[in-house]
Amino acid sequence: MNAEWLDIGPIDQLPALGARTLPVQGGQEIAIFRTANGQVYGLVNKCPHKAGPLSQGIVHDTTVTCPLHNWRISLISGEALGDDKGCVPVIPVKIDGGRILIGRAEALASVG
Amino acid sequence: MTEKPHLIVIGNGMAGCRAVEEILARDAGKFRITIFGAEPRVNYNRIMLSPLLAGEKSFDDIVINGHDWYAENGIELVSGDPVASIDRTAKAVTAASGRVAAYDKLLIATGSDPFIIPVPGKDLPGVITFRDMDDVGHMLEAANRGGDAVVIGGGLLGLEAAHGLSLRGMKVTVIHLMPSLMERQLDEAAGWLLKDALEGRGQTILTGADTAEIYGSGKVEGVRLKDGREIPASIVVMAVGIRPSTGLAKEAGLAVGRGIHVDDDMVTSDPDILAVGECVEHDGSVYGLVAPLWDMCRSLADGLTSAPNGYRGSVTSTKLKVSGIDVFSAGDFSGGEGCEDIVLRDATRGVYKRVIVKEDRVVGAVLYGDTADGNWYFDLLKKAEDVSEIRDALIFGQAFASGGGASANPIDAVAMLSDDAEICGCNGISKGAVMACIAGGAGSLDAVRSGCKASASCGSCTGLVESLLKLAGHDEDRVIKPMCKCTSFTHEDVRHAIVERGLKEIPEIMQAMSWSTPDGCFSCRPALNYYLLCAWPKSHVDDMQSRFVNERMHANIQKDGTYSVVPRMWGGVTTPNELRAIADACDKYQARMVKVTGGQRLDVFGIKKEDLPAIWADLNAAGMVSGHAYGKALRTVKTCVGSEWCRFGTQDSTGLGIKTERMTWGSWMPHKFKIAVSGCPRNCAEATIKDFGIICVESGYQLLVGGNGGIHLRGTDLLCSVETEQEALDYCAAFIQLYREEARYLDRTAPWIERVGLDYVKARIVEDGAGREALRSRFLYAQSFHQVDPWAARAAGGEAHLHQHIAEIRPFAVVGGVA
Repeated sequence: MNAEWLDIGPIDQLPALGARTLPVQGGQEIAIFRTANGQVYGLVNKCPHKAGPLSQGIVHDTTVTCPLHNWRISLISGEALGDDKGCVPVIPVKIDGGRILIGRAEALASVG
Repeated sequence: MTEKPHLIVIGNGMAGCRAVEEILARDAGKFRITIFGAEPRVNYNRIMLSPLLAGEKSFDDIVINGHDWYAENGIELVSGDPVASIDRTAKAVTAASGRVAAYDKLLIATGSDPFIIPVPGKDLPGVITFRDMDDVGHMLEAANRGGDAVVIGGGLLGLEAAHGLSLRGMKVTVIHLMPSLMERQLDEAAGWLLKDALEGRGQTILTGADTAEIYGSGKVEGVRLKDGREIPASIVVMAVGIRPSTGLAKEAGLAVGRGIHVDDDMVTSDPDILAVGECVEHDGSVYGLVAPLWDMCRSLADGLTSAPNGYRGSVTSTKLKVSGIDVFSAGDFSGGEGCEDIVLRDATRGVYKRVIVKEDRVVGAVLYGDTADGNWYFDLLKKAEDVSEIRDALIFGQAFASGGGASANPIDAVAMLSDDAEICGCNGISKGAVMACIAGGAGSLDAVRSGCKASASCGSCTGLVESLLKLAGHDEDRVIKPMCKCTSFTHEDVRHAIVERGLKEIPEIMQAMSWSTPDGCFSCRPALNYYLLCAWPKSHVDDMQSRFVNERMHANIQKDGTYSVVPRMWGGVTTPNELRAIADACDKYQARMVKVTGGQRLDVFGIKKEDLPAIWADLNAAGMVSGHAYGKALRTVKTCVGSEWCRFGTQDSTGLGIKTERMTWGSWMPHKFKIAVSGCPRNCAEATIKDFGIICVESGYQLLVGGNGGIHLRGTDLLCSVETEQEALDYCAAFIQLYREEARYLDRTAPWIERVGLDYVKARIVEDGAGREALRSRFLYAQSFHQVDPWAARAAGGEAHLHQHIAEIRPFAVVGGVA
């Protein structure tokens, strides 16, 4: 296995405008998102507002709207958009040969 | 005379030969050159295979370099004999025939191989790829026999194969895994337009379709999809993608990643071996287009003839005709932080343009239908030119935006238009007519729309009309509130257009009504999905990604991310068996609380999303279905015990409640909808704060509407009194349908009735008998499609991805690939 990247599965298991979750034992769950254009992003699955599961929000453009209180979070920077302030950690993602790879260091950052 | 160094080129394709041409142009006498090619023919233009298949070109037309070119330049062509191995120590190559040739410099230009998806049946005769002349030969043979063809892959190559086969008279079905065509080159909106256009030309396009197997005995007979559908085919073209052909290089021990690693001069990890074209990986990038290949060949030739001019990677653009439809894309069109979209949609002309601007620079562009300005946008992008001066007119194209400083201002631009210039293409309204309408008193966009019809249809000229209004001195903001920031149209405009113009899908609405965002927002998407569902109950395919989480998960999300589950209890009546099943489920799935709701049923809290399908299966097994406690839908029908038990009861309120719930359950609404039936005016079921309330009296039933017990308490209004149960049910159905068809999404009945007035509702439901009956039957027709328990489908394994993790990380190990 590659030292820097973790292979978490094939891209076809991630629907466009949707998200899947990835629990991290001993750490914080990750949400992997896919936009209409097929871009894939990763965030810690916790809204900076009240820890809502961002994976369950509606994805539009490169933004996800939190299902609990409609905060809009940038998939690219993890920052809350508009008038809201807050930020959620970003997990780097790349696609290689149809597989989704995520940054190992960032994915494991929350493991104590 | 000393012998010239020997350059051997592996690959007689576009990259290999172009590299040779570039070397010859710089120093024709430098090398003795031998080219090995796998195909038994001269160098031809692979890009032109599509017109060849379509019958628009012959092989002679697509030859780049004929035999005389090889002869004139002293090049030895070894065709039909591919190189099988490279011996770097001996500096020699061995061909398949056993022929050995020594080199001083070796150039690998093996291009790429088609990717074959590993499904059963992939090796059956009749399954082919679309990569070379032989493939075209096979397709033409199949086309001569006629019949059905399946193309797997809705990218550029697949669509070209489909177009060619279709022109040759075959009935073609394209199977594409992704939700929209050519998703790497086109955004969703343009992909949708393309699909629509291709379907209009008789092809069948199946998106989001996953191939399970290719079946047939002895030869191809068809393709079976994972959802069970079968598509017959006498030929299957596999065009899902290509991958760099790196086998030779890898076996020779060269550094290979996704492609053969090369430096800026196209030199591999062996200084005497170079590589160029689709087989290489430069600075992390692999290219599959022709323009980067030309750049690489120039850098390679410069390096070899000792004037290095390193390759710096290529910014790519795609400009092509797919089945005669012009399509262009360049740069990054995924949007994102700091990116602004400028979108122009002209539904009548079938044009969609989107330019993405970041920090006053063009960073990407997608054009569909009209690509005349593609090169100009690409030029702005490559030069990173500051476009702030021309931003307002940028989307109209070069002629408009560069027409001098004055025309960059949209108001000046419309001022310069002649009076007979057409403003609204849909309705053929000239600038003169719009100005006359404004001069005649129309001081707002809506007044212009109703006055002369300009911008009243597709709306793509709204910006022009607004500029004309400003030109005439009307600069006030519009009074009517649009649906959301993605559009200038109101809810009513959109609903009207859906029905009038037969719009069936969300991207279709966005195109037809000039949405300013590529895929809407969390506010408009659920509304559009509802409006479509309401307008086309039979044919609408629900867009899961445009549902709020609760409706997507068929349960209520709680603040800790777990869900609550509410099974339906018809009329608030349950049985010992149901209660036992609920109790068992609570134990089994470790529910943290069971709460009696205000709607007379039980809410089970703390269920994990992974457990939802299983708990639903258990509840289904006991005869219970979803209570839709999570939806903009019919929630509950609350009842009192009525005449069967109560000494004051006048009618069977429990029975009527159950009948009402049986009729209305499963219906989607603009917002949640609650009903109650009380057996006497003491009103124990609280019918006077429901969306639809029934109070039984000695003489019959009082029907009440528009109540709300929420933030703004509102008592119901009396709609009318009726004498029979059946009438109560009929009026209820008609009222619900009127609300479904006319209220704005997320309007409860209370604010809706306050807006339209009780008199209007009475006129439609009470006074207009024929209208009432029509509403009632439309409701029942819709119900024939919507009364399906969503839990059952999930319990049976539907949409499993919504309930399962994609993988799990246990530090230093990944447990992955859960479907």
